[in-house]
Amino acid sequence: MSVLQRDPQDQVRVLDEDGTVVGEVPDVDDETLVDMYRYMRLARHFDTRAVSLQRQGRMGTYPPLSGQEGAQIGSALALDEQDWMVPSYREHGASLLRGLPLKQTLLYWMGHEKGNEMPEGVNLFPPAVPIASQIPHATGAAWAKKLRGEDDTAVICYFGDGATSEGDFHEGLNFAGVFDTPNVFFCNNNQWAISVPRERQTAAETLAQKATAYGIDGVQVDGMDPLAVYSVTKAALDKAKNPGEGEGRPTLIEAVQYRFGAHTTADDPTVYRDDDEVEKWKAKDPIPRLEAFLRETGRIDDEAVEAIEEDVKQRVADAIEAAESDPRPDPSDMFDYAYAERTPEIQAQYEEFEALREKFGDEGFLRE
Amino acid sequence: MSSQNLTIVQAVRDGLYTEMNLDDEVLVMGEDVGKNGGVFRATEGLWDEFGDDRVIDTPLAESGIVGTAVGMAAMGLKPVPEIQFSGFMYPGFDQIVSHMSRFRNRTRGRYTLPMVLRAPYGGGIRAPESHSESKEMFYAHEAGLKVVIPSTPYDTKGLLISAIRDPDPVIFMEPKLIYRAFRGEVPEEDYTVPIGEAAVRREGTDVSVFTFGAMTRPTLEAVENLEDEGIDAEVVDIRTISPLDRETIVESFKKTGRAVVVHEAPKNGGLGAEITATIQEEALLYQEAPVKRVAGYDVPYPLYALEDYYLPSVARVEEGIREAVNF
Repeated sequence: MSVLQRDPQDQVRVLDEDGTVVGEVPDVDDETLVDMYRYMRLARHFDTRAVSLQRQGRMGTYPPLSGQEGAQIGSALALDEQDWMVPSYREHGASLLRGLPLKQTLLYWMGHEKGNEMPEGVNLFPPAVPIASQIPHATGAAWAKKLRGEDDTAVICYFGDGATSEGDFHEGLNFAGVFDTPNVFFCNNNQWAISVPRERQTAAETLAQKATAYGIDGVQVDGMDPLAVYSVTKAALDKAKNPGEGEGRPTLIEAVQYRFGAHTTADDPTVYRDDDEVEKWKAKDPIPRLEAFLRETGRIDDEAVEAIEEDVKQRVADAIEAAESDPRPDPSDMFDYAYAERTPEIQAQYEEFEALREKFGDEGFLRE
Repeated sequence: MSSQNLTIVQAVRDGLYTEMNLDDEVLVMGEDVGKNGGVFRATEGLWDEFGDDRVIDTPLAESGIVGTAVGMAAMGLKPVPEIQFSGFMYPGFDQIVSHMSRFRNRTRGRYTLPMVLRAPYGGGIRAPESHSESKEMFYAHEAGLKVVIPSTPYDTKGLLISAIRDPDPVIFMEPKLIYRAFRGEVPEEDYTVPIGEAAVRREGTDVSVFTFGAMTRPTLEAVENLEDEGIDAEVVDIRTISPLDRETIVESFKKTGRAVVVHEAPKNGGLGAEITATIQEEALLYQEAPVKRVAGYDVPYPLYALEDYYLPSVARVEEGIREAVNF
């Protein structure tokens, strides 16, 4: 029986909180399992450094992901090369795995549009800031693949628990159900939409059960168990591309997890939630869980963990160095991308702007 | 009257607090307005004071927030919903333009909506994408709505109380760049500042500079700098975008014969266009120079690395005034 054929209340798990196997370990090679761990460590370290860059004034407001690595890496690792990813704004880890260099994620949060210039072959949409607004895009992208007969391609879309309250969630999933599009709707239920708890978003017992109303499959998974996340996502992607007799393509996955830190660096979670609650969830931290499993099964040892730590630090340091030494965007750049060609109005404004810059220099514009 | 020294965001909070104490029908709703006290602290302490039925954390759904507020207001409550950033109004836009603006008209006055939709707006705080736009003209273009943008703590409280007491729906846009930039005297008691009246912030004879919201500060600074060049400028703070105080605009212009409009919203279709047309319609024969618009450019608001180049700066305002004066 497919892992998707479960009651939406029945949470899929593979590892318990100590990393002991309690479910079916997905059939993947050792290298992939170690990579899963490496990328989770990388995402965590990146996150820690990004928060500190913001604190030091080297970066603007940033949304941290710590606690959510299992969901991001476990799911993104299940994608095939040709699949597409449509993220919200917190998927720095998943986007990295899809091929977006960390340098670009940093540039985006440092206020450069260039961060969204996807390298060729990276099947990734830019982050969507307005909540849930990306969900219909994911449905449309998957629909396009279906209409063009590209049956080997699915589209995964990430969003949070708060997003399930928005109209766009309803419309995106409803279209997916009606047009049977190859979608995986991956809800990172981290319990808090800024200060508003999951219970205030819906009176439904689970978010996964919302799938039922759209006529699609819904499954709940322990989002801090990367192996369970991988299994569920892989099954959903396979079904999206190659549904069995009587099966629909789209799936809603509710990955139950927790945001350890603030909503963004502009948020102070101590105002609205207790330390006890945070500690309770920290016991489910996906990284030590996977590490314990990998050690226990002889896939990694102290030496390997140390090497991964070094590698992760180096990669993040290199990315920060690359982002900070990237040339500042040219101010005239803002006139170049509104349309394929500057309209006469924009051209006139550009010329006025350049004349002012000539006259006053950058000091004529920059505020303290 | 006793007074307090408050910032603009504190004046918002104080206005809500004052009016909620006076009128049990007033309630606050939105995302994170309750226990968290609002992401800018505009509703801080109100949840403790008035409880869960009058300071309501809603699901994350702007159409739901605006739409349910419409229903509440139709039943006689006075909801003051908050949209966390004006950039997130758009899921609620249908409710705003299809219903909030026209319930009175559609029912020939049988149902009215005494509600105020608050949202911080504008750029300059190094915020993420979609957090910095100035789209007041979307709402000014919609008949049936009043659109208010304060620029001082005193006006903030007085205009907010006027908005809550107004029988018609008001869009109350708060300039977040200056939420905490300075303090001003604000009476502890309730008082009103009338909607629909501009304020002359500085009198002058050479040129009229019309502005509002966060742009009043760079405008006043520019005008002060230009004193050294012998330019005596008048500064008019528009305060209410709709209905526009055309009388004050025309009166000022007739005195100076020259005008500059400063706003951070895009130039195309911005308030500058409406002010220019008003001058052309009502004071053509007084006109000594083309009206100069110093505005945001007609491109998407850039991510923050370039936002200073987008927003009207003191130097840009000065240059615009020189252009109008030296024509």
